[in-house]
Amino acid sequence: MTATSSAALDDMRALIGREQYHEVGEFPVERSYVWTSCASVENGNPLYWDDAVARKLTDGPVAPPSMVSVWFRPHHWAPGRTAEALPLQVHFDLKAALGLPEAVMTDNTIEFHTPVRMGDVLRTHQVLRSVSDEKTTKLGTGRFWVIDVVYANQDGDLVAVESYTGFGYRRGEAAAS
Amino acid sequence: MSTAVAPQLLLDEVAVGEALPPLHYDVTATTVVLGALATRDWRPMHHDKDFAVERNGTQDIFLNTPNQAAWFERYLTDWTGPYGRLARVTFRMKGSVFPGDTMSFTGVVESASVDDVGCGFVTVAVTLSVDGDVKTTCAARVALPRSAADNPWARKGEQWRPSP
Repeated sequence: MTATSSAALDDMRALIGREQYHEVGEFPVERSYVWTSCASVENGNPLYWDDAVARKLTDGPVAPPSMVSVWFRPHHWAPGRTAEALPLQVHFDLKAALGLPEAVMTDNTIEFHTPVRMGDVLRTHQVLRSVSDEKTTKLGTGRFWVIDVVYANQDGDLVAVESYTGFGYRRGEAAAS
Repeated sequence: MSTAVAPQLLLDEVAVGEALPPLHYDVTATTVVLGALATRDWRPMHHDKDFAVERNGTQDIFLNTPNQAAWFERYLTDWTGPYGRLARVTFRMKGSVFPGDTMSFTGVVESASVDDVGCGFVTVAVTLSVDGDVKTTCAARVALPRSAADNPWARKGEQWRPSP
């Protein structure tokens, strides 16, 4: 297995701090998906189930903050689509460019701003923040990177900033453990 | 409004060092697949055991990160009630959660304070473990009402500062 070429690494590092992949959500935020999410974790918070509570606290229904990335994951199939749609495209760009076939997310921070409301059509962009030098972990040898995903609503209000730390690696080169 | 929705928990009622009530949950393949679909995560390692074993080298399909976020949110708001408003969460994944595991969520209040614009916040260290092995940690900052008349959700713009 060859190490990542320094040109590929330079190309990726040149993208640090740049806004990439401006996207608009494929569908408006909807309540049935909120309930699907709440049901999956048995979340009985009345804010999401009781209209009167939602009116009192949030002036109408809102989505659980932790769902923010859900509104951007593409459908598994869409008519006419030819390329595979991947959320967090910068992560997959890094894997491909740096020749790291496997990857895991190790760390994830989300800061929540304006609540997400039913009917919102969110928009997002991604910003690569850093790419580490090569490191060897239990999984294999590879690199850590940090990617910010910035979310806003149709009015331009900041909704959330999500920071992911990923580790892209090659198997079979793991540190003894 | 007739709904009796008073705050379940006020900032003053929280003590630093206090433990949140634990939550235990038996994970099945259905839990993992429901969670993956609820978060629109169609990647095969969250629904296809053969793929997970052969490609990921894991023992089975495993809970995805966004669904774990939903579990942590549920754990926190079970405690705070609907007035609790998540401000910021940091997850660190240390191991995977598989069907057959019993997840245990525990949490400890690490700080309680009021920010410069008068919003009450607590920070809570939450741990998801299986048989005593820590799988994921979550450092959460959550706004809590300071009185029965206070509502953190009403804050916007400069009045809402999710990071200290």
